[in-house]
Amino acid sequence: MITDIVIVVAAALLAGVYVSWRAGRIDRLHARVEMARAALDVTLLRRSSVALELATSGLLDPATSLLLAAAVHGTRPGESGVAAPAGQQGSGRPRDLAESDLTRALRAAFSQPGFRASLSGKEGADELLAEVEAAAHQVFLARKFYNDMVAATREARRRPLARLLRLCGKAKAPEFFEMDDSLVAERSSAPLGL
Amino acid sequence: MKIGITCPYSWDVPGGVQQHIRDLAEALIDQGHEVSVISPADDDTPLPPYVTGAGRAVPVPYNGSVARLSFGFLSVSRVRRWIREGGFDVLHVHEPEIPSLSLLACWVATGPIVATVHTAIPRSRILLVTYPVVRTGMEKINGRIAVSEAARTTLVEHIGGDAVVIPNGVATRRYRKADPLPGWPGSGGAIGFLGRLDEPRKGLSVLLKAFEILGAARPGLRLLIAGPAANAAEVLHRVSAGLRDRVVLLGQVSEDDKVRVLHSVDVFCSPNTGGESFGIVTAEAMAAGLPIVASDIDAFRQVLRGGQAGELFATGDAADLARAAGRLLDDASRRTELSAAALAAVADYDWSVVARAVFSVYETVVLGSTQVAVTAAGGDFPQDG
Repeated sequence: MITDIVIVVAAALLAGVYVSWRAGRIDRLHARVEMARAALDVTLLRRSSVALELATSGLLDPATSLLLAAAVHGTRPGESGVAAPAGQQGSGRPRDLAESDLTRALRAAFSQPGFRASLSGKEGADELLAEVEAAAHQVFLARKFYNDMVAATREARRRPLARLLRLCGKAKAPEFFEMDDSLVAERSSAPLGL
Repeated sequence: MKIGITCPYSWDVPGGVQQHIRDLAEALIDQGHEVSVISPADDDTPLPPYVTGAGRAVPVPYNGSVARLSFGFLSVSRVRRWIREGGFDVLHVHEPEIPSLSLLACWVATGPIVATVHTAIPRSRILLVTYPVVRTGMEKINGRIAVSEAARTTLVEHIGGDAVVIPNGVATRRYRKADPLPGWPGSGGAIGFLGRLDEPRKGLSVLLKAFEILGAARPGLRLLIAGPAANAAEVLHRVSAGLRDRVVLLGQVSEDDKVRVLHSVDVFCSPNTGGESFGIVTAEAMAAGLPIVASDIDAFRQVLRGGQAGELFATGDAADLARAAGRLLDDASRRTELSAAALAAVADYDWSVVARAVFSVYETVVLGSTQVAVTAAGGDFPQDG
């Protein structure tokens, strides 16, 4: 009799511990998604600022400079939909499209035949180009990590127990961030026409 | 006079600026001048004898859409060579604020430069923000022309300085007569639309919504749509199934077919929601003697003489468009009246008139000036702070 009670209580305790561990895991996943998102934002901002530096460096012809500067301008908070300061409505294209536009502008500049050769020997050119490429690569990595984290979180939220007991509380399901982020033209990438 | 003209957009893609340059160049040649145009163009594009190709244009995102432009150091050297070999008395650049050949020409040239601004961009800070990048070139411009008050306002507000307004020309003779397409306009009436189908500011969606109202009430009414689209099937899907067989999509049409399209409809609709500085297509429809229903934007209000030479409806308002177009379709005498008014209004815009006005700007800037030459700096990129 007493052993039965002990078993029931123990089972209830174990179940409680398990459920609370699952809830904690989902909570941690959401927190990590947010961190990954913040990291992605930082890399995007960094890429924009390096691209603007290239645009205003005087290394490029004014047409290419203007293309890059305009694309960078499009990614600014308030110009693009996301990350506008509180109370200020974003007016321009959605963030993912604006960032993809910047990728395409950079790609158009970098993929000119003889682009590097035309700049070699100019002061600071090699460093600046390397910096742009590094920043673009970091965007690629940060976006990959973020999307992985989003996938894991969405998977955890979809589990029957999580849905039954509403373990994710009021936290919204995180969204994937899709954009064109390759500086090298690929056949598989989205067509330019959008 | 020897005149060098730069075109920023690809010659093989139809567009208002390209057409403006072609008609201006031909009108100037008719008037006895020597004209050379440099334009981005694919290598296999057949070019008129007065056009020099500057190589393939690259599609890049700019200002929210994708434009085909020429930029980069190779384009710089082509422009430089064209100027050096041309020996021009005046250089006429079009849309110098667009990152393409015109901007590059301003940058490498010295001597008398005239610039024409076509685009009206309301409330955009993009010109302001990017102005430091283009200032060096912009400061060399001696005379500025805007094709509309709206374009002039953009120029004054965003860049400063003033411009003389010379509206676009229309090669009116070319539009006066043509055979309608077989079976058009038909007894039930027909409405026409010309322009890119997938560019929201061209306003096709407003017209499609209005056609839902008009088509339901008028069983024979048809809609004739000509213009390029990335996905034409998607456009048809926006029309309800019962009306779909009365909407005819022609895709992109040749210049000659465009005139035939205009003569195949009873009423022409320009539903643009903005961003238009003149509306060349509307003026061409006027030259074909068509009664016009146009949205009430600055550019259309001006060319339609405030509504005397065509009906204006509240911009973006499909119900108002349906009401205005319906009234015209029902009233043949009003259509005749508007047709005559449109022909009279568009005569002011004929290219021979416009080319003479542009030429007087040339005459002003060449006074006391030397020929156009390239800057001394070779492959360097002089950009003063």
